Amino acid sequence: MVTAEQVWDRLAEIPDPEIPVISLVELGVIRSVDVREGHVHVEFTPTFLGCPALEHMKRALEETIVDLGGEPDVEVVNDDSWGTDRISAAGREKLRAAGFAPPAPRLVQLQSAVHRCPYCGSTETRLENLFGPTPCRSIRYCTSCRQPFEQFKTI
Amino acid sequence: MNEQELLGLADDELIVGWRDSEWTGIAPLLEEDVAFSSIAQNEIGHARALYELLGDDADALAFDRRPEEYRCAPLVQLRLLDWAHAIARRWLYELADEIRISALRETLPLAAKIDREERYHRMHAEMWHERLAGTSQFREAVEELWPYALGVLPEGQREALAARVGLPVGDAVERGTLDDGFAELWDEMTMVRRSAPAGAQW
Repeated sequence: MVTAEQVWDRLAEIPDPEIPVISLVELGVIRSVDVREGHVHVEFTPTFLGCPALEHMKRALEETIVDLGGEPDVEVVNDDSWGTDRISAAGREKLRAAGFAPPAPRLVQLQSAVHRCPYCGSTETRLENLFGPTPCRSIRYCTSCRQPFEQFKTI
Repeated sequence: MNEQELLGLADDELIVGWRDSEWTGIAPLLEEDVAFSSIAQNEIGHARALYELLGDDADALAFDRRPEEYRCAPLVQLRLLDWAHAIARRWLYELADEIRISALRETLPLAAKIDREERYHRMHAEMWHERLAGTSQFREAVEELWPYALGVLPEGQREALAARVGLPVGDAVERGTLDDGFAELWDEMTMVRRSAPAGAQW
């Protein structure tokens, strides 16, 4: 019989569909896993409400649970529990290494407008566009290493 | 907030998203092409989540009603073909939206989630407001749209909007009135769904 621990381990292998360097568990969108006699209830909190990858993520969760021999029950929770502060430390580092500036903690970001370049670490960066290739990213430019980069928005 | 008010909020987000998406591909700057498309995507995502509070099938609520059954404010229905008006509407809409969403935060957890995203819409609108506020085209557009902007909010919240915009509370173009352009928008918006064969899966 499948256990919650096995489910968490396998969900940790599912990549984010749009930023595959980070897993859904590192992204913090899995709020809880509850297993009862093969029935696997997962609470899933969307990132951005208009994110077209939501359906894809939900299906990936269901398929993984079926693969483990469980009966999936994925509940989408649209409350305010997901914010970028839910991204794990390991997830942030993976984002940075892949050239996405990780989102600053919300409390910090709301008080200061410092954004660090993921390539050279400089804070001499400027906003190019608030919006980018997906709703969760902005485009910035580093004047130190002269490199444009994608900034994960703090929400 | 009762069901009719919630439906009005959801319809506002759907239709403003639809109107914003009309700049996709033709905005005056590439950056704005991206910005308007992203904002539209967010707004339509908000509409979907709000419709899901009202029924199981968001698409049915979004696309299967007759035009006269929509509860959206006339501000979002207008077809605005010049940049000054498009930005004036974005700015006025975001100010009004902030007032009503803030008031809902305690009772509707989804409102707080929506507000996290709207913060970026407000930053975008404010950035353009700073840039255009000194031009006569923008000021005239704001004055022209002002009665429509008032109509987004219930009477009790209009003073707060007036204080932010710097114009007096006057006559409002109220929710429940359909703009002439809405029938055409509805026709285009629901066309794919209406033409789908029976039993199509979405």
